[in-house]
Amino acid sequence: MKSKKTNEQANQSKDKLRRELVDHFREKREPLRHQWVEQMIAKGLLAGLTREEIETESMTIYDTCIACLETGEYDDAQTYAIRMAERGVLQGMTSEQIIGGLLTLRDVYGRSLFERYQHDIEGLSSALDIYEPVANKILSIVALAFVAEREKVVRQQQEAIQELSTPVLQVRDQMLILPIIGVIDTHRARQLTEQLLRTIRTSRAKVVVMDITGVPGVDSKVANHLVQTVDASQLMGATVIVTGISPEIAQTLVTLGVDLTKMNTVGDLQGGIEEADHLLGYKVVRIESSNGFIRKEKV
Amino acid sequence: MFVPILKQGDYLIASVQSELSDADLLKLRDDLVSRVGEFRSRGVIVDVTILDVMDSFATRTLRSMAHMIMLRGAKTVIVGIQPEVAFSMVQLGLKLESVATALDLEEGMALLDRQTEGDTRRG
Amino acid sequence: MADENCIPINSEIDIVTARQKGREMAAKLGFSSTELTLIATAISEIARNIVEYAREGEISLSIGQQGDKRGIIVIGCDNGPGIPNIKLAMQDGYSTGKSLGLGLPGAKRLMDEFEIVSEVGKGTKVTMKKWVQNHAR
Repeated sequence: MKSKKTNEQANQSKDKLRRELVDHFREKREPLRHQWVEQMIAKGLLAGLTREEIETESMTIYDTCIACLETGEYDDAQTYAIRMAERGVLQGMTSEQIIGGLLTLRDVYGRSLFERYQHDIEGLSSALDIYEPVANKILSIVALAFVAEREKVVRQQQEAIQELSTPVLQVRDQMLILPIIGVIDTHRARQLTEQLLRTIRTSRAKVVVMDITGVPGVDSKVANHLVQTVDASQLMGATVIVTGISPEIAQTLVTLGVDLTKMNTVGDLQGGIEEADHLLGYKVVRIESSNGFIRKEKV
Repeated sequence: MFVPILKQGDYLIASVQSELSDADLLKLRDDLVSRVGEFRSRGVIVDVTILDVMDSFATRTLRSMAHMIMLRGAKTVIVGIQPEVAFSMVQLGLKLESVATALDLEEGMALLDRQTEGDTRRG
Repeated sequence: MADENCIPINSEIDIVTARQKGREMAAKLGFSSTELTLIATAISEIARNIVEYAREGEISLSIGQQGDKRGIIVIGCDNGPGIPNIKLAMQDGYSTGKSLGLGLPGAKRLMDEFEIVSEVGKGTKVTMKKWVQNHAR
């Protein structure tokens, strides 16, 4: 019974102290906020922000932190941190700027507590007991929001790169070139096939030259993907010519026993295009007087 | 769902208008195989542009149909397989094997023209 | 329930209904057009298996959630003869019926997850899942 009572008492005094801290920070809002902004400017943490932005952002952050201290709820801080991370990363703000800024704010708050309780060590210690966990929690929320945002951006960029890395190019009427460079995995093979099939449809292609000179190696899975790409194109009425099969890949394919009898292969890209020209009925003619400029004719 | 079969010169054109049940597919096969003889056609085009699924049964039926039509002396071209459908078919492991395919009706006609060029049956 | 759908499979016409319903539900989940076709084709294959071997059964479609992934769950079950050797049935080109023998192994390739439970004389239950490829979160 006794311990319960002391517990209650402790809680009550804790709440009272919390109230006191909140009132203190609210009261000192303007001087503390200015101090904070000045310190951040001195550290070069606000580069790229306008005066107006600094004013509104610093007010919001200051008040949000106090709200967390007051209510013990971090939902607003979380929402704000995610928004800030989204914007910050987009505008090229570094995590150093944001986290540095918050660390500075923590120092400013801390210092003001030291000032207030300088003659009351016990009071200072209890105040820090309340204040420090809140400050740490806010910092970790912001840091995590930033990491999550970075990861999101990295993921989006990876996808963009993958898309760029499989260009399907039209060289002539009804002829596409698909140069594949780099490692092929299941995901990329799928993406590549889908893109090729769609382009066959839109450009009404009849012949596709798929050049794999830039593919470092294949295993049975990748070989099967290549065969599938060829088969699927065939279903849409397009013939695929595969070029640039390196000695290593040729050896792998034969060793794996991949059925290549139905695959149309030519040594290099140039030969592949010549073969495609032939299939489509094009003839490339050199004109004597034109110094190497080439004219093509459909025969 | 009834699939209309049109006669266009030496060719028969079957243009699928909606999703087909297995029974519809079998009926289409039987109709085409018999009409090829009736009209003395040299080529058959089946337009499947509208189909958004070609499963193992559809593929097998079209394949066997093409083979039957070949035995009856005509060539078959399947046209209009959509990119998604083609992708799905190869993932499933389905092939049309020796059956000719073309992008659309126009390309299918051109393909039949080329394939039956040397055919002097009609003179 | 709004996000659950049960289609009885009693004849080959129901195969078409099942795959159309599946495509509709998957479209609402935000699958790409290629994935919609893969899902519809997989449903078609397992529905066909029911018609061919068990004569009747049902396909149920529902929306699944696993962590932050959302996807479609397709369950096909019947009280048919069951499959004595699942390993064999899952091999390409194996068929006791008149089909190509690509149905079950093929459907497995089209989906992300595939599970089959069968007991001879009792029936077969196939559970397939496909998750939406999430781009941004």
